[in-house]
Amino acid sequence: MTKAGAPEISAETLPPSALSRLAHRKMALVGISLILIAFLGAVFAPWLTPYSPNDQMFDGLTLEGAPIGPSATFVLGTDLLGRDLLTRILYGARTSLLIGVVANGIALVIGTVVGVTAGYFRGWVGGVLMRFTDLMMAFPALLLAITLAAIFQPSLWIVVMVIATVNWVQAARVLYTETTSLAEREFIAAERTLGAGNLRILFRHILPHLVPTIIVWGTLGISTTVLLEATLSYLGIGVQPPTPSWGNIIFENQTYFQAAPWLVFFPGAAILMLALAFNLVGDALRDVLDPTQRGSE
Amino acid sequence: MKLAEKEISGAALAPERKEVLSVQDLTVSVRSANGLTPLVSNLSFSISKGETLAIAGESGSGKSITSLAIMGLLPPPAVRVTGGKINLGEVELTKLPEAEMQRYRGDRIAMIFQEPMTSLNPIMTIGQQLTEALEAHEDLPRKEVQARVLEALRAVRISEPERRLRQYPHELSGGMRQRVMIAMAIALKPDVLIADEPTTALDVTVQREVLNLLRDLQAELGTAIILITHDMGVVAEMADRVIVMQSGRMVEEGSVDGIFRAPGRRYTQDLLAAVPRMGKGGHKRQSKPAEDFVACIDDLSVRFDIRSGLFGRVSHHVHAVHHVSFDIAAGETFAIVGESGCGKSTVAKTMVGLVPFQGDIDIAGCALGREGRDAPKSLRRDVQMIFQDPMASLDPRMKVGDLVAEPLVIHGIGSAQERAERVRYLFNRVGLSDDQIDRYPHEFSGGQRQRICIARSLALQPKLIIADESVSALDVTVQARVLDLLQALKEEFGIAFLFISHDMAVVENIADRVAVMYLGQIVETGSRAQVFGAPQHPYTRRLIEAVPVPDPSFKRPVEVRPSGEVPSPMRAVGDAPKAVKLREVSAGHLVAQ
Repeated sequence: MTKAGAPEISAETLPPSALSRLAHRKMALVGISLILIAFLGAVFAPWLTPYSPNDQMFDGLTLEGAPIGPSATFVLGTDLLGRDLLTRILYGARTSLLIGVVANGIALVIGTVVGVTAGYFRGWVGGVLMRFTDLMMAFPALLLAITLAAIFQPSLWIVVMVIATVNWVQAARVLYTETTSLAEREFIAAERTLGAGNLRILFRHILPHLVPTIIVWGTLGISTTVLLEATLSYLGIGVQPPTPSWGNIIFENQTYFQAAPWLVFFPGAAILMLALAFNLVGDALRDVLDPTQRGSE
Repeated sequence: MKLAEKEISGAALAPERKEVLSVQDLTVSVRSANGLTPLVSNLSFSISKGETLAIAGESGSGKSITSLAIMGLLPPPAVRVTGGKINLGEVELTKLPEAEMQRYRGDRIAMIFQEPMTSLNPIMTIGQQLTEALEAHEDLPRKEVQARVLEALRAVRISEPERRLRQYPHELSGGMRQRVMIAMAIALKPDVLIADEPTTALDVTVQREVLNLLRDLQAELGTAIILITHDMGVVAEMADRVIVMQSGRMVEEGSVDGIFRAPGRRYTQDLLAAVPRMGKGGHKRQSKPAEDFVACIDDLSVRFDIRSGLFGRVSHHVHAVHHVSFDIAAGETFAIVGESGCGKSTVAKTMVGLVPFQGDIDIAGCALGREGRDAPKSLRRDVQMIFQDPMASLDPRMKVGDLVAEPLVIHGIGSAQERAERVRYLFNRVGLSDDQIDRYPHEFSGGQRQRICIARSLALQPKLIIADESVSALDVTVQARVLDLLQALKEEFGIAFLFISHDMAVVENIADRVAVMYLGQIVETGSRAQVFGAPQHPYTRRLIEAVPVPDPSFKRPVEVRPSGEVPSPMRAVGDAPKAVKLREVSAGHLVAQ
């Protein structure tokens, strides 16, 4: 294809793939590492800690019955029932990652499908979809979640579904607006004149432009959903005790914040770190996927 | 106090022509990653009372930056004046703090922007905006302000000025808005008026009105005008002196006669040579149209519904296209000219199936479905469209090579290898190189992007290419090259073109046959020689006469013009406009009665 002697030049000037460009961003790497730590911690929790999350240990409490602060035996301290906090956070990561990634992911997919379909096709399809979205928006999310959770037997997967059903609405609204304005752009009309079908226009020309918005909503959704799960747990309709999640650790212990601040601080920091990590990766991903940002790295 | 100042300066100016504004060694730079990059370097000029100085140049030549620098409106913090002086009378403007500068801005130097819609506040009435401009500078009683505002509106010859005061910008036409902008600018009787492309966004007949108005106002008030434009026709008609700029530097300066008669620099010569001139098209060889037609449009009408009332009943129709018929022969260039809102772009959109219509459209022997959108795929292969703005019509997230190959992918033509081959061929054919295939649209200049769009439209080897204002957004020299390319492609591939434009001079240079549209209907059609050589319809004549002539010695005949507003194509249901009847005045030359 190229003349002799040219290959090494073209190999150098060839734009690197999206993945390798992502790997070149420090912030993205920090984000990826944090997510990996949380993920590995959740998976290998039984091997990482000598305790079980629900063991109420005798030596986990002081003689007065108060929880123990971070120490050599209990790295992050113990909670009110003498359970090891680190162990509970590691096992809690299983729940919280499931909620933050899976529930949030499902919500995002529903939101994208509804928003983009309504925004692209308009007409009665869009009308019905968006009125339904408005209805969902007007309904207090917490009340809906409580109702749903009360109808079904509480279990982790029900919580995931409940959170997904209440959390797709905002994303759908935002993506709807953005799709309507995208669909009016001239390059979409140009595609139509070439004979491109709806699927091609949707997947090759509209979705790529929505990626930044979807990523922003995805990362924002992580902290919202993790906290929503905590709220549900607090109300007794979320993850059932004694199963730990980052949210319910905070809620169980928040009244003792003054006496045992570590019980709120560590799980809180874990949520913060996870949300931050996804945010960093999301930001980097957005820049890397946008060809107009090329060269400003 | 203000008034006293003005009188003094006015008295001082009276005896001879005195410099009002002088710019010395002006350098404006933008701060970038590689330090300061100059946008304008060492520019010096001056302007006297009652004089018009034109700054001409292509986009990116720094002419607008110069005007913003004079106004003290450079976008902070990146762009700054890094050298030189701007003197307004005795005052050095570049050293003034912002608060001081505000006193001069609007009062002593005023500016008219290119886009009258975006430079007026859409949620304030015309009266409020004019009043605000006056009150910002002069402490006058309410009554007097009102009187001054009306006076300013009368000065720009707006019809029914009292009513306009209560209207919002969107209720006025483009020409009226630009008049309001001018009224706002001259209300305080500034010493210097900067007009940055004041007529570029306007139709040619409206442009004529605005230019006449500016000239009359200058004669009355003695304002010095700095006219910034890329249109050498406007320069020739308006300016006393010309500065030609290229990449931030002054290339040439001289009297308008001198520059046009004997341009000293190569760049000025190129710039002047690229200007499309009326009457030059006749010398070109007229291509003999073949007998078979690629497109037959018969009795085409497009109506848009306006709904109103509680239940959204259709109360009005916009008759965008009204009973239009024309044919395009294989291999010919058929042009539709008209002003904005005449329905010419709607015709183009119906022909590619983007808009539902009534009537018959046959393209390459295949009838187009009426509902738009569902046009058969095979038909899409025969008609391609090039849009006005190449940046907007290319997906910014795709590589240009993929964009050019996309029509082939959609229609399932060739293997990946063959498609890559074809893309390379097309790139070379439109004057782009192979190594540009893997870049993104934003990495190209406007002219190159339009070449990409052309390559894309050629990919399917269509029989007809519709070019909707395809060269309007380009600089004249680029425009000339793109037009040459289109001409060459037409001859090479035997493609017919439907060329849609508002620019009479461009059409006169490229078209074989021409149709003039007005309010959704064709009022005159015929060969180029017939329409431009012997225009019959008064509207055609008006259009042709309004075109600025790039020749300073040209004397424009004094005209009495109808100052009424253009009638609206929006009519109540049941009140459809009457279809005009075309009468044949000579073979193939039809004129509305």
